[in-house]
Amino acid sequence: MTQVLELRDIVKDYPGHRAVDGVSLALERGKLYSLLGPSGCGKTTTLRLVGGFELPTSGEVWLNGELVNSVPPHRRNVSTVFQNYALFPHLTALENVEFGLRERRQPNARAQAMEALDRVQLKARAGNRPAQLSGGEKQRVALARSLVLQPDLLLLDEPLAALDPNLRRHMRAELKELQRATGITFLLITHDREEALSMSDQVTVMNRGRIEQSGTPQQLYRSPATRFVAEFLGSVNWFGAVGVRPEHTSVTRARSADSARAGAVTSLLFLGNSLQVHARLTDGTAVISDLPAGTELAEGETVWIDWNRTDEMRVR
Amino acid sequence: MKLRFWSLLPARLTGALLLGIPLAVIIAYSLLTRGDYGGVEQPWTLDNWARLADPLYLAIVWRSVWIAGVATLLCAAAGFPVALFIVRSGRWRNVWLQLVLLPFWTSFLIRTYAWIFILRDTGLVNTALTSLGLIHKPLPLLYNDGAVLAGLVYNYLPFFVLPLYATLEKLDTALPEAAADLGATPWRTLRRVTIPLSLPGIIAGSVLVFVPCLGAYLTPDLLGGGKTVMIGNLVQNQFTSARDWPFGSAVSMAVLMLSALSLAAFLRHRTARELL
Repeated sequence: MTQVLELRDIVKDYPGHRAVDGVSLALERGKLYSLLGPSGCGKTTTLRLVGGFELPTSGEVWLNGELVNSVPPHRRNVSTVFQNYALFPHLTALENVEFGLRERRQPNARAQAMEALDRVQLKARAGNRPAQLSGGEKQRVALARSLVLQPDLLLLDEPLAALDPNLRRHMRAELKELQRATGITFLLITHDREEALSMSDQVTVMNRGRIEQSGTPQQLYRSPATRFVAEFLGSVNWFGAVGVRPEHTSVTRARSADSARAGAVTSLLFLGNSLQVHARLTDGTAVISDLPAGTELAEGETVWIDWNRTDEMRVR
Repeated sequence: MKLRFWSLLPARLTGALLLGIPLAVIIAYSLLTRGDYGGVEQPWTLDNWARLADPLYLAIVWRSVWIAGVATLLCAAAGFPVALFIVRSGRWRNVWLQLVLLPFWTSFLIRTYAWIFILRDTGLVNTALTSLGLIHKPLPLLYNDGAVLAGLVYNYLPFFVLPLYATLEKLDTALPEAAADLGATPWRTLRRVTIPLSLPGIIAGSVLVFVPCLGAYLTPDLLGGGKTVMIGNLVQNQFTSARDWPFGSAVSMAVLMLSALSLAAFLRHRTARELL
C-alpha cells in the first residue's frame, strides 16, 4: 500500500535562517494527522512544501508514490484549507465551491457543488458572498471547496485558530467526523495542543525546524521522548530527570506511603471541574497537582505528595 | 454646527472663487456673441450652442472620444502587466515605481516633443531601420493618429499603473494560491481571480487616462500635424486664431459635460469611487 505522503529529509532555507531542517515523515491513507509546534517551528513551511507553494532546498516530496518536487500546486492532487480560508470575495459560496470543478471541466459542477454545501449544512447560504458569512460558515465553505475535489490529501492550516473558543470545540468533533466520513487523509497544523491531541490519529511535534517526536496522542502524552515534547503537551512536575503530570500526583494530609514527600500548600486554585494545588516540597521544589474539585485542603497546610512509578516520564 | 460652518468656509470660498466664478464666466460667454477683434459683446444668443450640432463638430467630438478610448485601452493593455510585475517584484517595488514616475521629472511639453525626434522621417526609428537595411524609404510615423496615440499613451501610462498597483498590492496573496491549489493554471488564475478583483483599480486608472485624453490638445497639436483635430484643439483655435470666444466657451462646456458624464459612468462602481 503506497503512502499518501512521504517527505524525505526535507530542508528549506531562507536567506538568514533554516526553516525546515531535515524533516522526514510518512502518512498513511485515511487517517487524521497533526503537525504540532510553537510559532516558527517550521510547520507552516512544511505544509506549504507539501502543497507545492514552496520548493524544498533539498529533499524529496512523494505523493502517492510519485516524486512531485517540481510539480506546481495546480497539478498536485492535494488541497489546502488556508488559515483565513482564502475564499474568493467576488464569488458566491456556491461559485467558490464550484471553482475547482470548473477548472476540471466537470459536466455537473453546479450539482456537485450544491451537494458538497449540503453536506456541511450550508445549502441555505449558497447564494451569499463570503463577506456575508460568519467565521464558522466561511470555514465550512472552504472545506467544501477543497473536499469536493476529492484530493488524496487535505492540508489544513490552523483550521480552528480564527474561530471563537466555543465554536472551536464544536468544530473539532465536526472535522474529525468529516475526515472519517470522507476517508480522505487530513494533515492539519496547529500550535494548540488540545486540538492536536483531541483530533489526531497521529501527532508529530516540531520544534526549530526538526521533528521532536511522532506518535499517537496517548504515546506522546504518556511517554514524551524529550523535555520539549513533555512540556508542550501539558504541565509537568520535574524531579530531576523524572517528570510527573499534575493529574498523576496525589496530595494527602496523612502520609500515604514511604515514597511520599513532605511539603506545604502555597496556593489553591479552583478551576470549576478540578482543584489545582500549588505546593512546595521541603527541598524547595515547586509541585503542581490537579485534584478533584471537592478536595479539602488549606493554604499553608503540611501535606504529603506522591505518585505511581508507572506514571513517571523519563526523557532525554 | 457653527464650527462646521466656519471650518468649511475657507474651502467653500476657494471653490467658489476658483471654480464657481470661472465656470459662471464661461457659461456667460457661451451665451454671448463674438466681438470683431475678439472678446465678447451683446446680444445674448443660443447660436453658439446650436452650432455644436453641426456634423463637422460632432465628428470632432466623436474622434476625440475614439482616440481617448483607444489610448485608454492601450494604457490598460500595457499598464496591467507592468503593475502586476511591480507587485511581484518584492524588494524592488520602490525602484520600479520610481522608474515609472521618472518621466514626470521632465515637462510634459518636452516629453511630447521628444516623440517628434523619435518618429519623424529623419528620426530615431527611421534612421535605425534604414541603417539595418530593413527599409529604404522612411516610414510616415509622425503627424497622424498613431503618433498622437503614442504620445498620449506614453504620457498617461503612469496614471493607469499607479491606481492599479494600489489595488493589486492590497489583494490577499492567499487568493491566487488558493486558485492554483484548486487546479487553476497561472493564466486561469489571472482571468478568474486577479483581474476581476483588480477591477476597481482598472476603472480608476481608466478614468484617470480617459478624461484627460478627451480634452488633450498639446499632443494632437504637436504630433498630429494639424490633421488630428480633437476637441481640445478646437477650443484652442477659437480662443486664438478664430477669435470666437463664445463658441470656444460653448465647446469647452461641451467637453466639461462629456467628461462629467464619463466620470459618472465609470464611478458607478463603488470601490473605484473609494480608490479615486
